Amino acid sequence: MSREWVSPRVLKGRGILGMNQRNVDFISRYNPRERYPLVDDKLRTKLIAEKAKLNVPKLLHVVHTQHEIEEIQHELVKLKEFVIKPAQGSGGKGILVIVDQNEEGFTKSSGDVLVLNDIKRHLSNTLSGLHSLGGKPDVAIIETLVRVSPLFSHISYEGVPDIRLIVFRGYPVMGMLRLATHASDGKANLHQGAVGVGLDIGTGRAIAAVQNNKLVTTHPDTGGDLTDISVPDWPKLLNLAARCYEVTLLGYLGCDIVIDQDKGPLLLELNARPGLSIQIANDEGLLPRLRQIEQLEDYYVTVEDRVDFSMRTFSHYSVDQLELPYQADGQSQGGTIT
Amino acid sequence: MKQRGPFLFLVALLMVTGLGTATFRHNAYRIPLLPGTQQTVWQVEARVEYFADGGSTQVLLTLPPEQTGFRSINESSASSGFGFELSTHGRQHRAHWTKRNATGEQVLYYKLELVQDEGYRVPAEEQDPAPSRAWDEPYLTAALQVLQAAIPESADEKSLAQQLTRQMNRARIDQNLSLLLEEYSEPELLFDLLNTAGASARAVQVLELEDGRRRQSLKEYVQVWQDGEWHLIDPARGLVADDRQLLLWQTTTPAVLEVLGGTNSGVTFSMISQSRSAAALTSERAPGYDISLYSLPIAEQGMFKLIMLLPVGALVVVLMRVLVGLKTSGTFMPVLIALAFLQTELVPGLVSFILVVSLGLTIRSYLSDLNLLLVARIATLVILVIGIITVFSVLSYQFGFNAGLTITFFPMIILAWTIERMSITWEEAGPREVLLQGGGSLLVATLAFLVMDQEITRHLAFNFPELHFCVLAVILLLGRYTGYRLLELHRFAVFKK
Repeated sequence: MSREWVSPRVLKGRGILGMNQRNVDFISRYNPRERYPLVDDKLRTKLIAEKAKLNVPKLLHVVHTQHEIEEIQHELVKLKEFVIKPAQGSGGKGILVIVDQNEEGFTKSSGDVLVLNDIKRHLSNTLSGLHSLGGKPDVAIIETLVRVSPLFSHISYEGVPDIRLIVFRGYPVMGMLRLATHASDGKANLHQGAVGVGLDIGTGRAIAAVQNNKLVTTHPDTGGDLTDISVPDWPKLLNLAARCYEVTLLGYLGCDIVIDQDKGPLLLELNARPGLSIQIANDEGLLPRLRQIEQLEDYYVTVEDRVDFSMRTFSHYSVDQLELPYQADGQSQGGTIT
Repeated sequence: MKQRGPFLFLVALLMVTGLGTATFRHNAYRIPLLPGTQQTVWQVEARVEYFADGGSTQVLLTLPPEQTGFRSINESSASSGFGFELSTHGRQHRAHWTKRNATGEQVLYYKLELVQDEGYRVPAEEQDPAPSRAWDEPYLTAALQVLQAAIPESADEKSLAQQLTRQMNRARIDQNLSLLLEEYSEPELLFDLLNTAGASARAVQVLELEDGRRRQSLKEYVQVWQDGEWHLIDPARGLVADDRQLLLWQTTTPAVLEVLGGTNSGVTFSMISQSRSAAALTSERAPGYDISLYSLPIAEQGMFKLIMLLPVGALVVVLMRVLVGLKTSGTFMPVLIALAFLQTELVPGLVSFILVVSLGLTIRSYLSDLNLLLVARIATLVILVIGIITVFSVLSYQFGFNAGLTITFFPMIILAWTIERMSITWEEAGPREVLLQGGGSLLVATLAFLVMDQEITRHLAFNFPELHFCVLAVILLLGRYTGYRLLELHRFAVFKK
């Protein structure tokens, strides 16, 4: 850890959003308290997302009570591969990934084989709150397995890379690809040692990659190149994130999205208090972009208009280098800046 | 920033109210802004409790005599339905409560205000020597032998008394003395031996004054007459050099409390000290006195001395979290820990806190394997913490390490929650985060303690409670602070270029 310090004036000049300002000016102003449970519980998030026809890993089954676990084999027998996760889990705890099922049992992503009783114990622990924040009793979600797109296989280590997008009033403002590392113990948290790759909002291409606040160019475990990353289906992904605003009505939102090799971008979870590290991965502050959105007069524009506006406005590339999906006449772009 | 105007107006209003009221009270009632230079006023409250038999009832409570060093400025009694009068018998005052019909639990209060004033002198008056005890055998022989050994080693009454107490408090007590001590209590024996030796001595009851103490009882001391004044002797420690904190309560023979028509009687004392300027003492009954903290019963005033420090601690927490960005385990846990530090002193407090929490964490890691439900787990931890504290207290007492006893001042439920939260943090974010949060909490608690422990803070917080409006105003302002936290200047150091 470097013992360096920076003056507040420099940070302000670069538009860095601090924790106090995030809490006072954005979270408490744009996120109504009563809508938090919607995103804190992954089951509720998934249910409203499915209702709104957002792409999510398909919900296969929910286990609410201990006695349902006794009957779980009738549900599991139909499934070749699946993921079990706690609805209120934190930091990737308690996620069990089964990639194959045969007579011998259930094969985990690591290759270990579990028997039915192991699955039952895991479910029972999840329900009693072993994996949830603060040990609260929980429910277990069983959903379809996300398969890593081959485009990402050279930079994946223990788990699927996910993309965090900050969506402000429905406009995607900043994005980052999070890669778990050995140091982060397979978790995608930047402060635990995961790699963050800043993504250009216009193109989905990598801007810079950081681990522990230092620039890196290759994945520390797989050695994969981090500079030439280009996220596929980018406009579709932005569109998915932007629509989360209408679903949750949370103005300042973090969307975690994964890319499935068959189904494309899938919404994994939402966060009403997204962290600030994304600014480090992007080497840029959030504040100017947020203020620019605040200046917009008309918020009731379509999802497509918002995505188009964000891609044009926040890209590092000039507009003619972008492949804008929605540019019809050049008139219906975003809102008007006043 | 829509409501900025009204918000700032509210903050300004609170500031002006706080500072204005404080200035006014300082000017009008001469309440000192600084502690220390003032005279100390002791408020002593005696609480008599007994169970009335149902008929007419009388209670006689001996009151402290006029004495050097203490000037009585006010006395009052609270006892509903009782007749009350003060009677004087020689030098000894007594409070006399009467009631025709009383049944059940009775509580009577007598409150006395004394200025600690070294210039205040009351001429001492020698008493007729009490008839010396008629000793029975084998105590007579023992007493005479003790005196025979002690008298040659002493020069006068004072040094004889000193010599006797020293012998009584030795680790290896002389055979004669241990025989006597089996029959008589230390003060009683000292007093009898002195009288037998021909010295003029008397047994007295003394109240040891200590700020904020509740439910105290009187201690037995002995006085010996020499050179025209009485010298106080603590049977446990010998001649008392500094008697400024000792209030003589009873010097003549009648019992401190006499109850007619009742049983199960007892008297306990609460006391606090305040510093007030001499001028304020004269305008004691200034308007507003009745609605000030000074008018509360003394035990409650002692509580308020602590309660009024809480906002200061809360302010420190807000400063540290909002301006510095320190992580703490549990938002206001550090303030409660700091309050405990006020009782334990800093270093013993820190040591015992770290010991209890780390021991608790070790045991809690075993509880994790048991897969308990949350409530049961916390309850288990509460019992664990009590167990740890009990063992610590007993062990430290056995090893003669009295600071260990103050560990009981830690709020146990808070400790249990701290252990629980830290253990969850350990599992979810690793030991580094635990150290970070634990260290942050202790740092904030230490800072809060250092601020709350200042004489000036305690003085202002209790004597000028209106200043808390200003604390509130500052906290409100900090609640809208959107600037960077100090630690963020480090976190975002990569943006330096």
